[in-house]
Amino acid sequence: MPGLSKGNIARFENVGLRYGLGPEVLRDVTFSLQSGSFHFLVGESGAGKSSLLKLMYLALKPSRGLISLFGSDIATTPRPALPALRRQIGVVFQEFRLLEHLSTFDNVALPLRVAGVKESDVNRHVTELLEWVGLKDHMKSRPPTLSGGQQQRVSIARAVIARPKLLLADEPTGNVDDRMALRLMHLFEELNRLGTTIVVATHNMALVDSLGYPVMRLDAGAMSVAEGSGNKSAAREWRESRESAQSEARAQARARRERLRADTEDADTDPPGIENFL
Amino acid sequence: MLGVKRSDLPLDKDAHSRFLPWLVAFMVFLAVLAIGGILVLNATAQRWDQGVGGTLTVQIAATEDAGKDQNNLQEVLNVIAAEAGIERYLVIEEERMMALLEPWLGASAKAGDLPLPKLIDVGLADEARFDLKGFTRKLQLRVPEATVDDHRIWLQRLVNLIRTVELIALSILVFIALATMGTVIFTTRTGLAVHKEAIEVLHLIGAQDSYIAGQFAGRAMMLGLKGGLMGLALGLPALLCVGYLAESLEDAALPNLSFGIFEWALFAAIPICVALLAMTTARSTVLRSLGRML
Repeated sequence: MPGLSKGNIARFENVGLRYGLGPEVLRDVTFSLQSGSFHFLVGESGAGKSSLLKLMYLALKPSRGLISLFGSDIATTPRPALPALRRQIGVVFQEFRLLEHLSTFDNVALPLRVAGVKESDVNRHVTELLEWVGLKDHMKSRPPTLSGGQQQRVSIARAVIARPKLLLADEPTGNVDDRMALRLMHLFEELNRLGTTIVVATHNMALVDSLGYPVMRLDAGAMSVAEGSGNKSAAREWRESRESAQSEARAQARARRERLRADTEDADTDPPGIENFL
Repeated sequence: MLGVKRSDLPLDKDAHSRFLPWLVAFMVFLAVLAIGGILVLNATAQRWDQGVGGTLTVQIAATEDAGKDQNNLQEVLNVIAAEAGIERYLVIEEERMMALLEPWLGASAKAGDLPLPKLIDVGLADEARFDLKGFTRKLQLRVPEATVDDHRIWLQRLVNLIRTVELIALSILVFIALATMGTVIFTTRTGLAVHKEAIEVLHLIGAQDSYIAGQFAGRAMMLGLKGGLMGLALGLPALLCVGYLAESLEDAALPNLSFGIFEWALFAAIPICVALLAMTTARSTVLRSLGRML
């Protein structure tokens, strides 16, 4: 069990959340995320998935209960210490929330710049990551000129550029076709293998079933945690389909390269491996 | 956080902040005039002070008896001559008195027709240490008709007037500063509202408040500096124009506007002060607003 000794990344105890005087949208939510774990977060729309993620990325304060992130109790952590916690959390927002006036490069560079990383290092890291997610040729483009899938990748690149300890993704595969969804899940798995704790909120039950990671289910604001479905055959099937998709993509790319003798702009070329930039 | 070269927020494209330099320019224009006014008044007060300070006038009222008048004058002159602190004295001659009175009495008036008092202009070695009360007492003991006028009351009233006008000018400066701050606060708040989404994202990816505030502060500083320079470019010619017109008056009551290094430095400092004021105001506005976020 990797990372168990490193303890909890996040711990929720009897957390309740209400907006204003409205009903509680989250009730008695209790769970903890072990370092290096991978969880899916599922539930009907309106069950409180996004609210739970907002609590985790410190956009909201709980109405009651204890939230501890990286060993710090959020309620007693002084406000000036919160940015340091936030920098260890990467968030893929459901609606991307890219800054439209900034180029792809600057959007992805934002977490590093905010953390005061040297500009030469920013350059190197961002270029490598954009290459990896297949947006090398769109570094200067602004988000509105990108397709939904491309924006999705920019948003994911921004979430992972600073090597967060905790990655939260809200419907990260909602706007991309199946092949891209596979690629993105592959990226998350790679990150997870390198030690990042991951929570993916999704509606895509096929994805959840096939990967077999533990599932946190929200039902009208109450949470139940289930171990992985253990549907290994489905997982294997998924992996196989992913691999065939990749080899097909590789073959296509090779063919195209031969035809055009030039690199194509899209992400169909084989990823060089995330270790290269992390 | 003073010089943020790269901005993560598109503040330079904000339409609502484009009018800020013009408002600042207008404020600075008024500030230049107010400061110019203060400088002129100060110079005037000083000139008057130097002109009549260190002197007093002894006046001997005329009596019916010309012989007594002559005696009185001699007595007074004796007292003055015996007084240690007096540097020089001069009896104002009748021709000069008549010349001074001519605008009121006309050229035909003759000295003998009017009981004119005798005036003695006295110069003091050191005004501060001169015992005015003792001198007056000694004088009036010998010559009851003699009075001493040290111009202090007259001068005090003028100086009071000038100081009051100066206070008003200073309060105008304070109001100008407050109005500038208000404008910057309004502009910054609008900017915060316009860029709410981007600010929230910056906040959530771990930007310190000072990082975000620094971007607004840097922008406000540039706008303030721009407006300050524009205001200076408008205000100084206006001031110099007034000075030129005042100079062309003969025997002007106003001293001419010849500014020294200090005065020029003061004017040059206005845009810098405005820029710093805008910067700190924007910064504190943003910090206060961000403080409400988790």
